Amino acid sequence: MKDLGGTLATLAGYFALMSLFAIGGGNSAVPEMHRVAVDVQHWLTDRQFSDSFALAQLTPGPNVIIVTLIGYHVAGVVGALVTTLAMCGPSCVFAYFVGRAAERFKGKAWHAALSRGLIPVTLGLTTSSATVIATTSDYNWVAVAITLGTALAAFFVRVHPLWAFAVAALLGLSGLV
Amino acid sequence: MNMPSPAPLDPQSPAAEPEPSPAPAPQQTRPSLAELFIAFATISLSGFGGVLAWSRRMMVEERRWLTPEQFNEAYALCAFLPGPNIVNFSVVFGSRFRGPLGGVVALGGLLGPPVILVIVIGAIYAHYGELPVLRRMLTGVASAAAGLMMATVAKMARPLFRNRAVVGPLIALAVFGSIGVMHWPLPLVLAVIAPVSIAYAWVRS
Repeated sequence: MKDLGGTLATLAGYFALMSLFAIGGGNSAVPEMHRVAVDVQHWLTDRQFSDSFALAQLTPGPNVIIVTLIGYHVAGVVGALVTTLAMCGPSCVFAYFVGRAAERFKGKAWHAALSRGLIPVTLGLTTSSATVIATTSDYNWVAVAITLGTALAAFFVRVHPLWAFAVAALLGLSGLV
Repeated sequence: MNMPSPAPLDPQSPAAEPEPSPAPAPQQTRPSLAELFIAFATISLSGFGGVLAWSRRMMVEERRWLTPEQFNEAYALCAFLPGPNIVNFSVVFGSRFRGPLGGVVALGGLLGPPVILVIVIGAIYAHYGELPVLRRMLTGVASAAAGLMMATVAKMARPLFRNRAVVGPLIALAVFGSIGVMHWPLPLVLAVIAPVSIAYAWVRS
């Protein structure tokens, strides 16, 4: 319990900053979460990180609750709450003010440029997230096959995530992964 | 057709647009704080990965708090704001009907139940996370989730490559190289690349 305050402040600082840079949704920040939690702070191992990601996917609710799990792992329930608030607070305040002003900048040229300019950035971030998750789980050829199979299935037909997860979990359970 | 919302995202409320609507005219209502909380808690707990579909069904079809156009606009706005889209949506939506408190209540409904749930799950994981069975299942799920993201990437990339664009794919590649391969800090990378990408989109238009 040495220096809990310091740990909480570190959590809050990292995730509050991340909040404002998660362009294109919560999953865009997954590589940054991994960098901070695993590479820089050594709060989690690679496996614990990919497990947390999987658990957040399996829990109903926004996937951003992966930060709740990271916070819980680092500093218990208080850590979980602090991290969640830090990750959502700044972007929510921003959303509140932009939402109120949305009327005024609707249809402005810079508005369109902003959203169009952010599309390739989001694309690069999502690719990074997929890569980070794929490379941090314990990999063997069955896991690779699950990743590629899910990708192909979801690309060509509409797949409900729960079905993909159920099949993948069963394959894991069967001992193949 | 009373629309007493303080800041409607769409000035053309259905009242201003006399489209030939089906027999029972879609009467828009204004949610109370309790309704906001329950609505977002319900969306949150029923939405595995597909939160958008659920929120649309509730906001537009069941409760008629938004017209389809208003929903699309609000959602498009939230998609380009930083942070999780649905989290932004709860704040924008709640505050639109009930001011700042409405935003907080909607956010609380969205995050409260799953946060409690995931803390319980985290506690269970802390005890049993080393069980081989659980580890293998989670590895399977993480692998599938990575695959789902790859499919999303492929779908997003299609329009980008369709008109033989060069700069867009290069920017996506640069972001991927610095974040996904080099593992550089996100704020640093975005501070450089995002302005370039937006400036290019601005010049092109």
